[in-house]
Amino acid sequence: MSIKEPVEAFSSNPLEVILGPFTRNQGKGLSLLDMILGGIILYFTVKLVIDWLPKKVRRHSPWQQEWLGWMIGTLFFGIAAFFLFFFILPNLMVSLNLWIGTLGKPLLGLTMEHYHAVWVENEFYRNFINSLIVTAGVVAISLSIGTLAGYGLARSRTNLAFGILIVALIFRALPHSVLVAGYLPVFMHSREILEPIFGSSAPTLYGQPWAVIAVLVSINQPFTIWMLRSFFQNIPSELDEAARVDGCNHFQAFRMVIMPVMWPGVITTGLFSFLLAYNDYLVTSLLLDAQNQTMVPAISGYFNRETTTTDQVEAVAAAVSITAPLLLLVLVFQKQIVSGLVQGAVKG
Amino acid sequence: MKFRTFALFVGPSVLLMFLFIATPLISVLWQSFHLTKPVFENVEVETCTPSFTGQTCVTENKTRPKLNKEGRIIEETQFVGLQSYRSLIEPEKTLTALSSGNWSQIQNIDFWKALRFTLTFTFITLPLVIGVGFAIALAVNNVLKALKGYVIFISLLPFIITPVIGALSIRWLFIGDGILTAFLEWWLERDIALFAQGWTIELLMLFYRVWHSAPFAFVVLYAGLQTINQDSLESAIIDGANRLQRLRFIIVPHLMPLIIFIALIHLMDAYRVFDEIVGFSSQAHVISLQWLTYDLLTPDDSGSRSIGRASASAMLTMVGIALILVPLLRRTWRDHHEA
Repeated sequence: MSIKEPVEAFSSNPLEVILGPFTRNQGKGLSLLDMILGGIILYFTVKLVIDWLPKKVRRHSPWQQEWLGWMIGTLFFGIAAFFLFFFILPNLMVSLNLWIGTLGKPLLGLTMEHYHAVWVENEFYRNFINSLIVTAGVVAISLSIGTLAGYGLARSRTNLAFGILIVALIFRALPHSVLVAGYLPVFMHSREILEPIFGSSAPTLYGQPWAVIAVLVSINQPFTIWMLRSFFQNIPSELDEAARVDGCNHFQAFRMVIMPVMWPGVITTGLFSFLLAYNDYLVTSLLLDAQNQTMVPAISGYFNRETTTTDQVEAVAAAVSITAPLLLLVLVFQKQIVSGLVQGAVKG
Repeated sequence: MKFRTFALFVGPSVLLMFLFIATPLISVLWQSFHLTKPVFENVEVETCTPSFTGQTCVTENKTRPKLNKEGRIIEETQFVGLQSYRSLIEPEKTLTALSSGNWSQIQNIDFWKALRFTLTFTFITLPLVIGVGFAIALAVNNVLKALKGYVIFISLLPFIITPVIGALSIRWLFIGDGILTAFLEWWLERDIALFAQGWTIELLMLFYRVWHSAPFAFVVLYAGLQTINQDSLESAIIDGANRLQRLRFIIVPHLMPLIIFIALIHLMDAYRVFDEIVGFSSQAHVISLQWLTYDLLTPDDSGSRSIGRASASAMLTMVGIALILVPLLRRTWRDHHEA
């Protein structure tokens, strides 16, 4: 729906929604040539990703960390594909279609103008960047703090450790609005509160991305330590005991013995942290001001407006833009997500 | 592990949780008994306007917020006791409504309306999510083993999708003359407006939540099914147990810890119902406890936020989830001490 003119997107005839005759008559759409050439190029791109990319990644990964290699590889590939399909191919096809004549006439009505409106005219990319900052910050910080705590909790059998876990479980149950009700007045007046300590450089925490990151990290912390603890329990403790016998202290044992084998658990937990930060509506919409929103709260601006059909189609386009990265995530990390769900349950 | 090392490992995480979870709770408790408002002052203002015969001057008393030296509004905070709670629950109105047995009158008070929806939502979706998840897990395990990968992939999508957008997509299917409403209207040959009354919206929300959370139950229970001891299943077959008996006496007891785990997580998450309200824009008909707090926290038309009442509502929300979870948490604690 988001790639059609509003007239067709809301047409009662399903065939019209798919073929889009109105958009086609405006000269926007895919011709037979487009489809054939695009299909061929798409096929080779997919083939390249499946056959060629894994080999390259395996050979060139820095510091033997394959996941890092994958991240860099997919990033480069994604950018290249983006330019190929959205800038190079369309411009090439326009001249090719003109040159070839009848075969170049559009066959399937299709337009990207709503995406253009959302991303360029309404500056959705700003929200995208905000989302990127918040999610990256949350994942990085909550993992680095969480792994340490998870390891400590997994290797300790005291009542204190168990008490911390139970308290964390109770914290996990708290509705987020309860916590935000506690932050909001403090954050708005943080300048006056912190002035005695920091002097005139005291910040107003309201509207600061890093304050939101800190809040989301803490909200996510109970879940993170439970999950990582169950992953660390799966790593046999003989491993670090052996290292300790060889003269390492706990931190050295953690760094040299545990860290190389903990990545599957960390990646899985990171995925769930990512989801929490990316999907959050309540915290970000209350703690960031309207000009500075992340993607998910920003979309409420679209669907609350929804006065004209164009608005509605643009709302759909924005929703698709938000969902697309998640779809990719499921495709790539399906195994890790499932293992995370199972891990948390079976051990927790 | 020595206490010192343990503290170093766990310290940062505990500190964060203390700073951003425990202290806000205390400040919420404090706020719910206090009220912050700007200090007003009465000033005599003389305004003069030129007229034909000279100047006409009018003096009037105006109340305006006091400003301090830097031009900020001075605010004062005072202890108001239970006033915020009272304005939230409205005990007199509730009592009269109760004594007259008029249910719809209680529903006019936002707090009771929210509580009613939150509780029904939580306890209706709980068995549905577990039941649907269990059914899919059994089906995949017994019949559709070959389709396992696809089923997991498809079922992960609703679990991972942004809740607000998931709710929106359901709404777009059913709103006004959306695809499914159009289909239903054509099929039943009557007009349907699914977003005009509360109960249809609630049905859609229940449907959405089950669609969203059942995959989680499915994946967990499916993993649990793989760990069942095949020998005891076979001996049950030899003893002549039929499918239902095997299910009841072997499979369900084996999965019981997992079912309790799913119930615990689901209770926590369903009690927090909020994104559905935003996605469906159902404020006019259906609200939840979390949404009530959120609404009180967002600035109203005059730009002020009713922090006191929001804190009171937050406290009551918290008491609610505590009451729901106590039996389950006690069980976890007992299991730990037995083990």
